[in-house]
This record gives sequence, C-alpha cells and structure tokens, in this order.
Amino acid sequence: MADISIKGLHKTYPGSTELATNNVSLEVAEGEFMVLLGPSGCGKTTLLRMVAGLDFPDKGSISIGGRDVTYLPPQDRNLSMVFQSYAVFPHRNVRTNIAFGLMMKKVSREELERKVKWAADLLQLSPYLDRYPANLSGGQRQRVAVARAIVMDADVLLMDEPLSNLDALLRLDFRAELKKIVQQLGSTTLYVTHDQVEAMSLSDRVAVMKKGQIAQLGHPITVYEEPADRFVGGFIGSPPMNFLDGRITQQGALEVGGQSIAAPEFLARAAARTGGTPVMVGIRAENISLEQRGSEGSLDAAVEVVEPLGHATLLTVDLGGQTVKVQVPATAKVSAGETVGLRFEQSALRFFDTETQLGLTA
Amino acid sequence: MAAPDAPAAARPHVPPPGPKVRAPRRKGSSAALLLIAPSIVFMTLLFGWPMVSGVLQAFGGPEGLTTANFTRMSQDPYFWSSVGNTLLLIVVMIPIQFVLALAMALLIRAKPRGASAYFYIWAIPLAVSDLAAGLVWLTVFTDRGYLNSLLASLGMQPVSWLAYDNYPSMFGAVLIAEVWRATSLVFVIVVAGLQSIPKDYEEAAGVFGASFWNRLWHVTLPLLRPSLQTALILRTILAFQTFAVALALTGQNFPLVVGETYRWYTGLQDPNVASALALVVMAVSMVTAVGYLKLLRDQTEAAR
Ligand SMILES: Nc1ncnc2c1ncn2[C@@H]1O[C@H](COP(=O)(O)OP(=O)(O)OP(=O)(O)O)[C@@H](O)[C@H]1O
Ligand SMILES: [Mg+2]
Repeated sequence: MADISIKGLHKTYPGSTELATNNVSLEVAEGEFMVLLGPSGCGKTTLLRMVAGLDFPDKGSISIGGRDVTYLPPQDRNLSMVFQSYAVFPHRNVRTNIAFGLMMKKVSREELERKVKWAADLLQLSPYLDRYPANLSGGQRQRVAVARAIVMDADVLLMDEPLSNLDALLRLDFRAELKKIVQQLGSTTLYVTHDQVEAMSLSDRVAVMKKGQIAQLGHPITVYEEPADRFVGGFIGSPPMNFLDGRITQQGALEVGGQSIAAPEFLARAAARTGGTPVMVGIRAENISLEQRGSEGSLDAAVEVVEPLGHATLLTVDLGGQTVKVQVPATAKVSAGETVGLRFEQSALRFFDTETQLGLTA
Repeated sequence: MAAPDAPAAARPHVPPPGPKVRAPRRKGSSAALLLIAPSIVFMTLLFGWPMVSGVLQAFGGPEGLTTANFTRMSQDPYFWSSVGNTLLLIVVMIPIQFVLALAMALLIRAKPRGASAYFYIWAIPLAVSDLAAGLVWLTVFTDRGYLNSLLASLGMQPVSWLAYDNYPSMFGAVLIAEVWRATSLVFVIVVAGLQSIPKDYEEAAGVFGASFWNRLWHVTLPLLRPSLQTALILRTILAFQTFAVALALTGQNFPLVVGETYRWYTGLQDPNVASALALVVMAVSMVTAVGYLKLLRDQTEAAR
C-alpha cells in the first residue's frame, strides 16, 4: 500500500502550446479515495497518465510510497488502471482479459481462477466470460476494464471515468459496489469523473480541476458548500450555484436587484470603512425558500418557469433582472407569472470578489 | 416459446410471395454483373487466357495431351537441386526477414529522431528491381569486389565467395542480397499494420505489468496477425519466384525453380517443359497461400 505524492507537475503535449497540467501538486494519503473532477479537457486524464507512467512530465515529480517514480515505466509501479477508452484487448476473451494482469504477475492457476470469478460476479460479467469484446456492449466492455483493474490488488488504483458508459441504474449499483470493493482492497485510488454526484458519494476528498490546475481540494461537502471560487461553485451541484451581482452598502445591508437584506458582519464592517463595495453573491437553489411577497427579510421576485422534478420543484425566477434557480418542496403551490418572496438562508450565503472571482471569508 | 414457433408456422403460407421477392434480386445481380463486366473481360484477356494456354502448353506434345513434359522436367539433373535450393532459401530467409522487418517497424513506432527518414531509407529497396539488386551485390561479392578489397586491406586472404564449389558462401550471398532487397515489403506492411493498432492496448499491457517481450508476444503480435498473414503469403509466394538475384550473382551455379523455367525456355528452347515448371510453381504457391490462411486463421474471427 502506498501514498501518492505529486509535486509541481507541468506537462505540455508536443505540438501544443497550452499546458495540459500546470503546476499540479497533490498528496493522496495511503488508502484514500481521491476524486478528480473537472470539465472536459481540463487535464484529468493527463494527470492520471503521468501517475501511471504512460506520459512523463516536463517538470515536477511523482512518488508512490516514498519512491520517486516520475520517470519509471508503468510496469514497475505496481498500479492498475481503468482506461477512459477501456483498452480491453480485442483478441482475448473476457476471461483472459480480466486475467491479463494476474498472468503477468504469474499468480497460481487456482488464485487466478478464483479472482476472475470473483470480479466477474461482482461486475455481472459471468455470462460473458467466453465472449470476445467485439460481441459486448459498450457498458459491458467498460465493466471488463474495471474487472481487469480490481483483480490486481495493486497499491494504486487509477480509474478514468469507469462508470461513464453505464445506464443510470447500473451506475447507482456499481457506485456503491465500487466504494465497498475499494474499501476492502485498501488501494490508494485516483478516480476521474465528470459526474459530481459520483464525486460526492465516492470520495474522501475531491480535487476540482480547471484548465490544468487544481481549483479546489477538499472534503466533498466542503467543496460543495464552500466553493473556493466562482468556477467551483458553478461546476459542482445541479443546478449549479446561483450567482447574483450585489452590493454591500455603507449601512451594512446587502443590496440585490434593487432590494436589500441583512449582510454578514465581516462584510458590513469592511463596507462601512470603504463606503460600500460591489460583491458577487452565491447561493444554492435548495437554500432559498419561498415566503409571502413583501414579507420582512425577503426579496420579491417573479416566477418565470416551474419545473416539477418529482422529489422537488425547480423554479426559475427573475430577481430585479437577474435569473435565479430556486428549489422548493414538491408540495409548494406556485405558478408561472406569480410574484413571490425569496428568503436566502443566511448561513448558506457565499460571497465572491467581483474581480478575482475568489471566495470571500471572514 | 410461442415466438420462435411463429415463423415456422407461417412458412407454409409464404410460397406465393417467393417470385416477387426474387425478382428484384435478379435485377440487382444483373446490374452488378454489368458493373464488374469490364474487370471480368480484362481478367479473362490478361490472366485467364495466358493461364489456359500455359496449362495447355504444359500438357502439350507432338501427339496430343501428355505428361511427358513433367517427366522430362523431373529427370533433369538441375531440377531437384533447384527445388532444394528454393525451399532452403525460403525456410531460412523468411524468418530472418520477418524478425528484421518487425524490429525495424517497432523501432519506427518508438518514434526516435528522424523516424520518417528511417522509414524512407528502409523502404527504398522496394523500388529496386531484383536484377539491379543482384548486380549491386555482385560488385560486393565478386572475386575483385568490395568485400574482398576490404579483407585485403585488413590483411586477410580474399575468398571466392561465389565459386560453384563453395556452396555455403554462395547461398549466403544470395540470402543476403534477397534479404536486403525484399525485407522492405514485409517492413512496409508491418508498419502499416502497426499504425492501425491504437497505442492504448500496449499501454494497458504495460500498466498491468507486462514487460516489453510480454507486450510484444501477448498484445502486439496477436493484433498484428492480419498484417503478418498478408505479408507472409505475399513474401512466400514471391520467394518461390526468386530468380534474378541468384542469376546475377551465381549464373547457373545456384539454380532456383523459376530460374530453371527461364533456362528451359530460353537456353533449351523448350516452352512445354518451361510451362510445366511454371505450373508447378503456381500450384505450390496456391497450396502455400491456402495453408497459411487455414493455419493462421484468427480464432476470434469466427466469433466476430
Ligand atoms: N496526446 C495529446 N496530444 C496533444 N494534446 C493533448 C493530448 N492529449 C490531451 N491533450 C490536450 O490536453 C488537454 C487535457 O486533456 P485531458 O485528456 O487530460 O483532458 P480530460 O480532463 O481527461 O478531459 P475529458 O474529461 O474530456 O476526458 C486537452 O486540452 C487536450 O486537448
Ligand atoms: Mg479524460
């Protein structure tokens, strides 16, 4: 078992001028489940490939279990990986695909068969063991790739969107399965995903990436509740966080869309000195509740769209020219065109600098 | 259970629409026939006709069809030695060529500096005619050639490499010249095949602990199988036809089967025996090609 220590990784692909990873540093503790989350093209796969030894960084270092592996070939790193493209061998059937790593490690025949059976059962691949990948669906092929990786008992498990091609139900199933397996194996895991629900549910910590850099690193709940900047808040959550242009007045009130509510202490104090500052307000849809219009401490807004989601209802409202998403209980009776009062949960309000877009804290 | 039965139950009622269904297909096949007609005509004129006349000639004699030509062929003192030489050359040369071609192709795949320059340099012999290649190597191996000059300048005794009584060195010279000339064909096919294999598979194998040789054996070679098969068939058939290189280097001292065909036709002025020999070469080539196809059939192919 081993921890991963990544220091100052720079990587530019040949023929490209942009940095695919830009000074990425990351410490993954032994047995930790770290999720890399970020939009397409932000460098998640690139980072994973450098940890695997498939690409070498231009600058920086990677060590696994205290051993510097930066320029070591993949076969000397004792890791296993689920490729984004699966890379399931087309000339081997499912059984020998899953067993490939074990064969290379020369484990005994009984152990090999036992492990292949275990993985195939787990990933519901048992009926297909003798099939060739060409005769499997995309999701089945992806499961073969996962099975091939988990039988390895490797120190480090790298997974590049291993559930991306499964239907919603299977994905839910395997998410829980995967969490259990990885806990059993105790492997240090780097897991790439686009899906922030997956990230939240699986991870010990999340690293949110943006343009080759880590924008925020932390506990999933922290990242969700206290995004470090506007990008993170806007990327995580469905719907993403609402961002409103506002202003802290000298009197210590928060002005949004021509109406005001109370501002938090630390901002009010600063504003009293400077004579009022513009600020960006962030609030999640589920932290806004409906009130009677005009009631004390609420902001009036016009409902534009009502989307019942089953477990809740999503409203799109207009607050003084700014669009806000509001999530209300499914039982709420609202209709489009109505004017309602919005109450922002005071403790859930986040503030961002209008210039740097970074979060403001006390 | 009901569903699979349904078509069977329905079958007796089907016959009436039969002709209706068949009609458009016949129309389609006549259009297809029309489209391939030009190539059929060309094949018949340029390929079929010479072959038929060749076969007739091989069995032809003063008094009708006969196998006398084959008897004469096999009783010729050079025949069996030419067969032996040809087989020996094939058995020794083809493995060497495949190992060399694979090594060169893998080197290029590793993308060293100037990889494309290597590619063109290694592919050049493809454009050299076999007679020219033979003459080039003659300047190396002949008694006063480059090799002996080199030996002399190193203070060693020159060797009569191509002397008729020095079989191993004669064979070696023909082998080297043929390897030099014809490996590029295998090389080009293997490079093309390698390029069509995504890098992912080798990368995955590496991640799962496979060494270079394991990757080559368990991943690259199996994925390369179709290209190797093509190259093997082409190369073997062409190797049966090796001729000009040996002729340029050794004259008649190292007879090969196709060389014998040439000798019967021009030297001995007997087109019938020459045709018989040519027919034997063709038959052996065809058997070899079918054998390779059967032997190297991809087991996964059936499943696909
Ligand atoms: N082989 C390559 N050559 C050149 N540029 C590349 C190569 N691979 C990736 N890139 C570039 O590097 C950047 C990061 O790519 P990467 O594959 O790491 O993204 P990603 O975060 O995995 O995206 P996705 O979620 O879509 O898989 C992208 O801008 C991409 O265009
Ligand atoms: Mg990726």
